[in-house]
Amino acid sequence: MSAAADSKATGVAAWGLAIRRDRKAMIGAVVLALFVLVALFGRWFVGEPDALVGIPLQPPSAAHWLGTTGQGQDVLTQVVVGTRVSLAIGFSVGLIVVLVGALVGVTAGYFGRRVDGLLSLLFNIFLVIPGLPLAIVIAAYLPSGPFTLALVLVVTGWAWNARVIRAQTLALRRRDFIAAAVVSGESNFRIVTREILPNMTSLLVAQVIGSTVYAIGAQVGLEFLGLGDVSAVTWGTNLYWAQNDAALLTGAWWTFAPTGLCVALVGFGLTMLNSGFDEVTNPRLQLERAWRKHLILRHHVPARSTPVVVDRD
Amino acid sequence: MRYILRRLGFYVLAAWMALTLNFFLPRLMPGDPATALFARFRGRLAPEAMQALREAFGLTDAPLISQYFTYLGHVLRGDLGISIAYFPTPVADVIHTGLLWTLFLAGTAVLISFVLGTLLGIASAWWRGGWIDTWLPSSFAFLGAFPYFWLAMVALYVFGFSLGWLPLGHAYADDLTPAFSAVFIADVARHAVLPVATVVLATVGGWLLTMRNTMVAVLGSDYVNLARAKGLRPSRVVLRYAARNALLPSVTGFGMALGFVLGGSLLTEIVFSYPGQGYLLVQAVRNQDYPLMQGIFLVITLAVLGANWVVDLVYLWLDPRTRESSS
Repeated sequence: MSAAADSKATGVAAWGLAIRRDRKAMIGAVVLALFVLVALFGRWFVGEPDALVGIPLQPPSAAHWLGTTGQGQDVLTQVVVGTRVSLAIGFSVGLIVVLVGALVGVTAGYFGRRVDGLLSLLFNIFLVIPGLPLAIVIAAYLPSGPFTLALVLVVTGWAWNARVIRAQTLALRRRDFIAAAVVSGESNFRIVTREILPNMTSLLVAQVIGSTVYAIGAQVGLEFLGLGDVSAVTWGTNLYWAQNDAALLTGAWWTFAPTGLCVALVGFGLTMLNSGFDEVTNPRLQLERAWRKHLILRHHVPARSTPVVVDRD
Repeated sequence: MRYILRRLGFYVLAAWMALTLNFFLPRLMPGDPATALFARFRGRLAPEAMQALREAFGLTDAPLISQYFTYLGHVLRGDLGISIAYFPTPVADVIHTGLLWTLFLAGTAVLISFVLGTLLGIASAWWRGGWIDTWLPSSFAFLGAFPYFWLAMVALYVFGFSLGWLPLGHAYADDLTPAFSAVFIADVARHAVLPVATVVLATVGGWLLTMRNTMVAVLGSDYVNLARAKGLRPSRVVLRYAARNALLPSVTGFGMALGFVLGGSLLTEIVFSYPGQGYLLVQAVRNQDYPLMQGIFLVITLAVLGANWVVDLVYLWLDPRTRESSS
């Protein structure tokens, strides 16, 4: 299951090709790139986010494109400056969560038996304990700030990845090439890192993307509750202040609308990228698309019948 | 029967984990937990409140293990300590005031979302490539990308503030007293429309996609083709043959999604000043009311675990294989 079976490209180049070939992935990548640019360089183009620049709760105008907050700060500046921390936490948590999940999941799936029983029990328990209340009790005891948020999000988010990766490892474990590797005397470490993990690349990428979406959303939620550092400027604290300054009851939509749109756009971009990758790396979807294209070219209406591969695990 | 008991055992274990976590969290704070905790309240807390706090956490000089059992004993008797934000009301009483509202709101939202999403998923898989299949999944996926509470803010702004169609917040009008009357129930329903609708909008896409994808696979299987070949009515093939089997992954997901949806619903409550656990949670966070926070965490966890067990029972009823293998 290489990224682009018919091309000779490998590694990063293959993923780049995958993005360029798929419209959805392309849209997602462009949206994301835009936000990353804003996160990296946006700060230089706007003023001080905390500066009181005008009368509170002014609607958008030429001077303040997105209006002012309940304290008279510029909304656009706050959104732009908030991008950096929010994305940084989102991406790093997304990555760490999958690392932890992969470590636990592969260990459980590869070694099986007792190890599997114990680790599965652990992540299943973490899966049923509701995440937000757990995150709140942990965050409340730690000094507020980005590190606490990241830690809390990892604690509440790793279990799902562990579960998915364990299932995939179990499926791979039964394949002949793993048995061959075991028989030929490869070490466990080598089998896991050279045989199992590379075969899960597309799954892992999808997991990182999904976890990042989760991390950004959950982080904004926690900060909205007032669990972040409320003096810092992030997307979540922007919404926290919008709610606290009763922006809604005075009709100041511009104080909360842009931030939420940004959160959604980043999530949307990531999802698009993911489904694009999915179509490129999943032979089933690829076949389906090719088949539909083939039919449409010949002026047939594509029917329900599609080449469906039933996965049995 | 063995299956049910095994699941029950699992939930008891999960509940015990949550309890233990609750016990150790205050003690994991850097330094001496009691002093660290009290330091945050210096000057703001009456001596008797401090004493209550100390007792609630079992932060005595006794050895850790006996503190632990004291704590477990207290929780089992329903004693969650004294709230600081609502001093001197016991935490259990404070939580009690908001529990029904939260269960009502989250329960209604989850059920509507699940049923609606599943039905749409079935429709989308049956008419593949039709307009439902083309438009709904992607538009719901887009809606799902917004934070729940942000959708709630927009809904509140548009339908509550600008259009004035629906109330701006609270569970019922201030001039009504809770009673089992038509007027009161209608008012509660009116107040619930926006919060429920936003949670449904944000979550329905997930159910739709899960159901659609499983349905597509199931519709391609031999027994469905056989049912079609037998000339059964399409509605019978779809609902009795395909959907019932395709429902299984959704039901498994249902239990796991509960906690997640509940979290979103708590945040939605805050936007609508709905008098549930979400509102209490904010009060607890603002006032650093640790006993209340931990109490809410425990109660919500227990509720979710209980609901998960019910989902397991439903699964057992839906999937004969589970029954076969366990008896």
